Amino acid sequence: MTPQSEAELAEMIAEAKGPLSVTGGGTRAIAGGAVPLSIAGLSGVSLYEPGALTLVVKAGTPLSQITSLLDAENQRLAFEPMDHRGLLGTDGDATIGGVFAANISGPRRIQCGAARDFLLGVRFVDGRGQRLSNGGRVMKNVTGYDLVKLMCGAHGTLGVLSEVSLKVLPKAEAVATVTVEIAEVTKAVAAMSKALGSPYDVTGAAYDPERGTVHIRVEGFEASVAYRAGALCQDLASFGAAEVSGEDAALLWQRIRDVAAFHDRPGDVWRISVKPTDAVHLASKLDASALQFDWGGGLIWALMPPGQDLRAQMTVPGHATLVRADAATRARIVRFQPEPAPLAAVSAGLRAQFDPRGILNPGLMG
Amino acid sequence: MEMPSPNPAVLARKARLVERLSQVLPADAVISDEAETRAYECDALTAYKCPPLLAVLPRSTAEVSDILRICHEEGVPVVPRGAGTSLAGGALPTADCVILGVARMNDVLETDYDNRIIRVQTGRTNLSVSGAVEEEDFFYAPDPSSQLACAIAGNIAMNSGGAHCLKYGVTTNNLLGVTMVMMDGSVVEIGGAHLDAGGLDLLGVICGSEGQLGVVTEATLRILRKPEGARPVLIGYDSNEVAGACVSDIIKAGVLPVAIEFMDRPCIEACEAFAKAGYPMCEALLIVEVEGSEAEIDHQLRLITDIARSHNPVELREATDSDEAARIWLGRKSAFGAMGQINDYMCLDGTIPVSSLPDVLRRIGEMSEEFGLGVANVFHAGDGNMHPLILFDANKPGDLERCEAFGAEILKLCVEVGGCLTGEHGVGIEKRDLMLHQYEPADIEAQLRVKDVFDPGWLLNPAKVFPLSTTQSRRQPELAAE
Repeated sequence: MTPQSEAELAEMIAEAKGPLSVTGGGTRAIAGGAVPLSIAGLSGVSLYEPGALTLVVKAGTPLSQITSLLDAENQRLAFEPMDHRGLLGTDGDATIGGVFAANISGPRRIQCGAARDFLLGVRFVDGRGQRLSNGGRVMKNVTGYDLVKLMCGAHGTLGVLSEVSLKVLPKAEAVATVTVEIAEVTKAVAAMSKALGSPYDVTGAAYDPERGTVHIRVEGFEASVAYRAGALCQDLASFGAAEVSGEDAALLWQRIRDVAAFHDRPGDVWRISVKPTDAVHLASKLDASALQFDWGGGLIWALMPPGQDLRAQMTVPGHATLVRADAATRARIVRFQPEPAPLAAVSAGLRAQFDPRGILNPGLMG
Repeated sequence: MEMPSPNPAVLARKARLVERLSQVLPADAVISDEAETRAYECDALTAYKCPPLLAVLPRSTAEVSDILRICHEEGVPVVPRGAGTSLAGGALPTADCVILGVARMNDVLETDYDNRIIRVQTGRTNLSVSGAVEEEDFFYAPDPSSQLACAIAGNIAMNSGGAHCLKYGVTTNNLLGVTMVMMDGSVVEIGGAHLDAGGLDLLGVICGSEGQLGVVTEATLRILRKPEGARPVLIGYDSNEVAGACVSDIIKAGVLPVAIEFMDRPCIEACEAFAKAGYPMCEALLIVEVEGSEAEIDHQLRLITDIARSHNPVELREATDSDEAARIWLGRKSAFGAMGQINDYMCLDGTIPVSSLPDVLRRIGEMSEEFGLGVANVFHAGDGNMHPLILFDANKPGDLERCEAFGAEILKLCVEVGGCLTGEHGVGIEKRDLMLHQYEPADIEAQLRVKDVFDPGWLLNPAKVFPLSTTQSRRQPELAAE
């Protein structure tokens, strides 16, 4: 089903007789095997005010279209949503609704926030077929409960997004990457902590253990970027050879964002969210064939032997998501880490309120 | 402002409740004497007062858990209270409620510079969180004006902002985890030192829920390294339109100041008379602050002053040293005090799209004439968060009501132009009855269903946020059944 308006979407959900697999562009391969319900038909820009850093768009609007629109005003989606196509071998056009439904962020998450921090308002249709709205189009809004956050990252299980309002930011005039050669994870995380704890407004801190390189990104006005990159080189020299990279920064950070290191390699892919310094201990315990670190160590990508449940090896607080695996593994191991019982009860309660028939991506989030 | 009448059955159980609470709390933590409960009769919205049945002042999560379990068993409403600085009446008691004050829970539990977090008990004041990490040159970013007094608990309840949130975001963007006690006494951990939620973003919905979903006793907050320096520039214009256009041009140019504050003429005059900061007398004053190294500050201020000059300012004053910077901020920071000298005032915080600023200011001016009450505007212009201060005389019969009616019209106007009722103070009781101007009944119902999940008995801060008519069947099911 591909509704062409929010009213049609509401009608289809209200009349649905069984489970629906809610999808945006399908690039993240999240939907299950039920009747597909695509939001791709709900497309278009409702409002764009560059001077107010505000964009309101229909949820099915392709991300590529939004990027070109923002490009023209020298603005961007600052949370840098990852493109999953290379990692998952999917194709198609990601939609802005899908980005927010899955709360997809990239390396800049550590500095400016996640997708959820940029979402200002939502319109959506819940599992009863009701058309609802929450939040608005202004930057600050504490009017009533923040269902905007609840919808962001709910993967369509509480309702299907039809329109989103978001905050955009100016593009940076310049960008520089400082590279530090470091062989051990412990030292790499310490170096990233040092960079992120500096006053130099770091917008990316990633570690590739296979290359033995820490990447630190700074962005802003040209002179300021040069100054901060230089200061970081000095501050980090004690960890290893540090220099300003000659690599194309846009390409480099796109590869980090999209976990390009795992694109052509077999194995399951897990995404782990932990306290950065816990990454060190966890990395030593994982039976992984390769690891990549982002967010100063707080985000770990693990390439694992097929079929293993990485969660059994989680020795620290945090959570692990199974992002890529074959159908047999996915049938056995749930995508999202099960919550502790009291929180699972709250989440189940919320799903029962918003989707009492349990028809929206059932089972996806517990 | 209507509040539900107290439940006589609860009032009749006071002695029993005191006895039960005294069994789990130290003697000085249960306040039942009428002379003492009066201290909790209102928050910073002083126009409304009602002493609670009891007040309790726990020192730990375990004590909060005991209190809520007992109140849950006894069917007694609980109103959580941080430092009592709410301007919206978020902590206003009812006569049949227990005030649960977290002020004694103010310990720092953990500071972790490597992971850039601090874990605190939520009775700790906002400013003292920054104070706890200052020696390492770190700070906690959200900075509401009341930061000297307000507690993190209240900041989380109201999702508080501040002058610097254009760059650093509001509470929800800086909150990583909480320990929360549910109304039945169970303790849950949500989030933590890691960045993203594993399941639904429960932390996101708890932040800003005005103490209606649970009592947050501990919080993990993001701390940031202080910038090398900061410097403001003061820009005066002869019209609000031009000042508004200047703000928009600065943002479009790709500069992201940490703060853009806007004051209109009545506010400038009052501040100048009060603080003698040396402000020029003009229609609109902007204070724009940028951060970074000396060179970065110079560069950004050059861009900003170039844009400002292109709009023909009547005044353009760059701070050359910290004294001058302090003087630029002096007037703005004393705005509320200055207003308090002139009159009683009500401070609203409706938010509007920045583009409608001039139009909204003009219409507020017209309404000021109609209602016969003065109004001064000071606000965070970068994010459209208005702060109209309506002046009235509390001793003059009818003035408060006229002021509230005027305030309601301003907030309706904010919604009409695409904004919202409240940007950072919260709904509380103050804006409760305007919620249906912003949301359709079904949108309200969706929010009530969230509360149903966390607090099925509707005992936590039950008479706030939503119009009483929309919550009555939940708060008083026995009446609805009759």
